[in-house]
Amino acid sequence: MTIKSVLIANRGEIAVRIIKAAKALGIRTVQVHSIADVEMLAVKLADEAIDIGSPAPKKSYLNIDVVIAAAKAAKVDAVHPGYGFLSENGDFADAVVAAGMTFIGPSGDAIRLLGDKVAAREVAARAGVPTVPGSGGRVADLAKAREVAERIGFPLMIKAAAGGGGRGIRIVNALGELDQQFPLASAEAAAAFGDGGLYIEKVISSARHIEVQIFGDGKNFVHFYERECSLQRRRQKVWEEAQAFLLPDDIRQQLCGSAVALAREVGYRGAGTVEYLYDEKTREFYFIEVNTRIQVEHPVTEMITGFDLVQEMFRVAGGAELSVTQADIWPHGHAIECRINAEDPFRNFAPAPGQISRLVVPNEEGVRFDTMLYEGYTIPPFYDSLLGKLIVWGEDRDQCLARLKRALDGLVIEGVATTIPLHRALAGDAAIQKGAFHTRFLELWLERAFTTAHQPSAEVA
Amino acid sequence: MSKSEIKSPLPGTFYRASSPDSPSFKQDGDDVKADDTIGVIEVMKTFHEIQAGIDGKRITFLIDNEEPVMAGQVIAEVEE
Repeated sequence: MTIKSVLIANRGEIAVRIIKAAKALGIRTVQVHSIADVEMLAVKLADEAIDIGSPAPKKSYLNIDVVIAAAKAAKVDAVHPGYGFLSENGDFADAVVAAGMTFIGPSGDAIRLLGDKVAAREVAARAGVPTVPGSGGRVADLAKAREVAERIGFPLMIKAAAGGGGRGIRIVNALGELDQQFPLASAEAAAAFGDGGLYIEKVISSARHIEVQIFGDGKNFVHFYERECSLQRRRQKVWEEAQAFLLPDDIRQQLCGSAVALAREVGYRGAGTVEYLYDEKTREFYFIEVNTRIQVEHPVTEMITGFDLVQEMFRVAGGAELSVTQADIWPHGHAIECRINAEDPFRNFAPAPGQISRLVVPNEEGVRFDTMLYEGYTIPPFYDSLLGKLIVWGEDRDQCLARLKRALDGLVIEGVATTIPLHRALAGDAAIQKGAFHTRFLELWLERAFTTAHQPSAEVA
Repeated sequence: MSKSEIKSPLPGTFYRASSPDSPSFKQDGDDVKADDTIGVIEVMKTFHEIQAGIDGKRITFLIDNEEPVMAGQVIAEVEE
């Protein structure tokens, strides 16, 4: 059944992105919003808007009952969860279906399976996807932990089975430390997550974060090539590229092929991303996790493949087969995305909510700006700091970087501090131009190379 | 007896405790020292501890846990 109406259970720039895709397909759009989001762009663009109450996400955007009630009241066919909030909540997906609507994403069972770190790793192993050497599952006690350590070597990570998002991780450098840290980690995990279960993984240092865009309709499975997302601060991506231009072709084939094998293993439906660590020295890659939703950085993939991933989500959720086969999907050129956040990079990335007094978006070839901003809009303090994503395409990476520098100079956001100066500095950095970076690069670079000299002179008081 | 106001330096979401499972930093009626933490404000997913800023007796909270707060809004009052 083709989807004719949708409730967007999200906010910010991704809600705008989803509304644009829906409108292109002639789908009626209903936007939920908290009382702090009455003035947001997605509310203005949607055909209808529904107030779901408190600014606190737990009481509005994360409240399954409230969102389902809004969807029922709006009499929509489908719910698009975006990213974050309820997008990877299997119970929400089930609740949408139980209410007689279509969830635009995989089944609740698939979300739960791939969301469980240990279970997802087992799925990956079954599909022949290389996983980080480690215990492969929960470690019963210290004796078993020592056996694993002797097999894989140090440094290693003790991870809470119920943890995630960087929480519940301890790095161990030697056997003596393991004896001391293992019981502590177990007690800590029990206190923090209500589950003292631990597993062990080898630390892959100086690796790149490379991820593959997958798509499935339950029967057919394709990839849209890879993205390079190593530039991160506090495990949050800052700058993303497609493709990973230094990746050898044979590795690329294995990497993308393994992601499709994983999608096939679970009969995946919808858009997803398989994340890997890649060690350039050993030319080995390792599975990290699967994200069962559209990602923030999906536009770089759209720019190099010329394919609208969000529109395809609507079509596949409506019951259609994938509109492309693998043979139809070819990468062309290079794309870079800079995440523009309301944060002051010269004051330790302090959050900067406030009113936008001036906005100028460069209108140049190969430049796309996905945003929720408009002049006069006041950014509320209750949600994340992402204001928009500047995405630039070029025939090759050099042209892309040249266009990116021009676009960053042309992009004007006044009224709040933003991370635009950080991106200008990165775009001009020699290591970035060479592509010589890994997941720890940005934090070290910020300490070493980023100073107030990068502050635009007009802003220096 | 005069009352002093403790104002929020930031806009965001006010929390009375460091986590949902922890006890509140202060109960209504507690005495506070200037450097005592009385709450946390979440601004764009980052957390900032709020100190009382003044010594005082018998604190009264005017903002509930998990409620939005504006910069400059009075969070609590204490008696001097």
